Amino acid sequence: MVISRVKPNRFTVVSAIAATTAAVSLSIQTVSSQGSVIKIDGSSTVFPITEKIAEGFQKSGGGRVTVGISGTGGGFKKFCAGEIDISDASRPILKKEIDLCKKNGISYIELPVAYDALTVVVNERNTWAKNLTTAELKKIWEPGSKIDNWKEVRSSFPNQPLKLFGPGADSGTFDYFTEAINGKSKASRKDYTASEDDNVLVQGITRDKGSLGYFGYAYYEPNQKRLNAVQVNGVAPSRKTVESGQYNPLSRPLFIYISKKSAQRPEVKKFVQYYLKNGVSAASSVKYIPLPASAYPKIQARFNAGKTGSVFGGEEAVGLKINDLITRELRD
Amino acid sequence: MAHVEISTDSFQQTQASVSRRQLISGLFNVVGLLVILVATLVLLALVIQLVAQGAPRLNWKFFSSFASSDYNEAGILAPLVGSALVMLVTAAIAVPLGVAAGIYLEEYAPKNWLSALIEINVTNLAGVPSIVYGLLALGFFNQTLKLGESIVTAGLTLALLILPIVIVTTREALRAIPSLLREAAYALGASKWQVIWDHILPYSSGSILTGVIIGLSRAIGETAPLITIGALTFIAFLPPSPVKAEFPFISFEWLQAPFTVMPIQMFNWVSRPEPEFQINAAAAGAVLIFMTLAMNGLAIYLRYRFRKGVKW
Repeated sequence: MVISRVKPNRFTVVSAIAATTAAVSLSIQTVSSQGSVIKIDGSSTVFPITEKIAEGFQKSGGGRVTVGISGTGGGFKKFCAGEIDISDASRPILKKEIDLCKKNGISYIELPVAYDALTVVVNERNTWAKNLTTAELKKIWEPGSKIDNWKEVRSSFPNQPLKLFGPGADSGTFDYFTEAINGKSKASRKDYTASEDDNVLVQGITRDKGSLGYFGYAYYEPNQKRLNAVQVNGVAPSRKTVESGQYNPLSRPLFIYISKKSAQRPEVKKFVQYYLKNGVSAASSVKYIPLPASAYPKIQARFNAGKTGSVFGGEEAVGLKINDLITRELRD
Repeated sequence: MAHVEISTDSFQQTQASVSRRQLISGLFNVVGLLVILVATLVLLALVIQLVAQGAPRLNWKFFSSFASSDYNEAGILAPLVGSALVMLVTAAIAVPLGVAAGIYLEEYAPKNWLSALIEINVTNLAGVPSIVYGLLALGFFNQTLKLGESIVTAGLTLALLILPIVIVTTREALRAIPSLLREAAYALGASKWQVIWDHILPYSSGSILTGVIIGLSRAIGETAPLITIGALTFIAFLPPSPVKAEFPFISFEWLQAPFTVMPIQMFNWVSRPEPEFQINAAAAGAVLIFMTLAMNGLAIYLRYRFRKGVKW
């Protein structure tokens, strides 16, 4: 520690000041000297997959990678400012982000990498709610909903107070769930326990018999013994039902967006190749649902061809099948 | 007769009042002790729980590995080095600036509205939420000065954050020196600078150091401003070494390097789905508490040493 030997005599203080000035001025000179690091930022939902890939890529001697968590929106902000090479996203790029990228001359390649199943969960002592329809979910979650007892959800349910848990309004999970269930992104009742930390939601739901909440499948999987997943329209979330497209509308694709300019760098090319080649194992090891193995070569082909744009064209879409993500026309 | 009655009466009243007040004083004593005990016990319980929970991970591998999605492989090498380097930059900037500003305000500044304004601002800055410093740093250091999301940006940000603490404690320390010493030095013909440099500063350095280290202990636990400027979550390489084999032997390239710090790594582990990562988080927490404790211990030791060396 610097200060431990400062018994203030002229010399130490003056040299400390000199060193600081030198350090700062030197650092300003070398500002652009950090070459080949691949910079990734964005969604906290996609983070575990990208981290797994980055770890493996680095261990195999591929090059240096950093991954940050700024959220999908924060990631796109940096991405469209040209600060990062790859953006992790738990939803497709939005119109205003497309415009921002355009303004700054950043074009992007959109690659789906895995699926997440938003899982509706209840307490393990809940013996009645095995299956809920999307209409019932909407009745519970729509803006202005006053339902606070299970009996009001379905008349055959017991008289048990209903406690709601869900992610906060900054979360991509929240955006997608409200879009899929209530028909409009961010439209939700507000009187529920919200947390950006999914572990807090898990804790809350395990404590109350009448609780109901939703979060990503990755948080349900390790907590299966303490929570029950609810079937939605008669379909339980699982790898099979998501892959087949049956678990609809609560399964959502996860993406990486690669800047066209960065995609020309050999180490970025190698990284994307590594990502798609190991996509299945990485996604399953962090409890996400990989795309079918046959999809990855097609996605690689899109990257190789350098096709830019998004299949969504800035619109929010729900319930797209894996095939749609690959075959639909790309729009800039 | 009546007169005596009144006086015994008032004597009894006084006695009752005294014993009542003694009772209150005694009660306060007990309450105060209880409050301290509760505070200490809660802290102790937290630390013990943290260490007990994290114990299985506290081995050499934990300190020497990078972050990983496998909880058994995951370690704190990058955040440990990151935290240490950021603290180094923070200290190198905040100490000279803060001490110099403290000396100026206490010894040189004329007593007018301008210095009063500065004074109020410095005290106010000590209470500004750290996220505000993060926003300032994002705009100024990161984007205007183009320093990027680097160790030097983080160091500058945290230096700003603790600057008010250093300035205020420096002033307190200077004020605590008896004016006899100043007067004696002046009487012997010393100039103002000589008085400050050769007498006031050495005598107060123990207290100044304490302030500096308390400031640094605060800085080491900060997360919000560093997340704002873009500290990373996954980084599996170290900044370039500050020492080189060839001339000029030292290098400042590491100032430019991307980084992560201990609290961010902890936060990431806490929010993981796998419960096993909670053990890692606890272990990292124990290391962080130990680092803070070591810094505070150093402050106590230094203060003791400096105090012992000064006799007046």
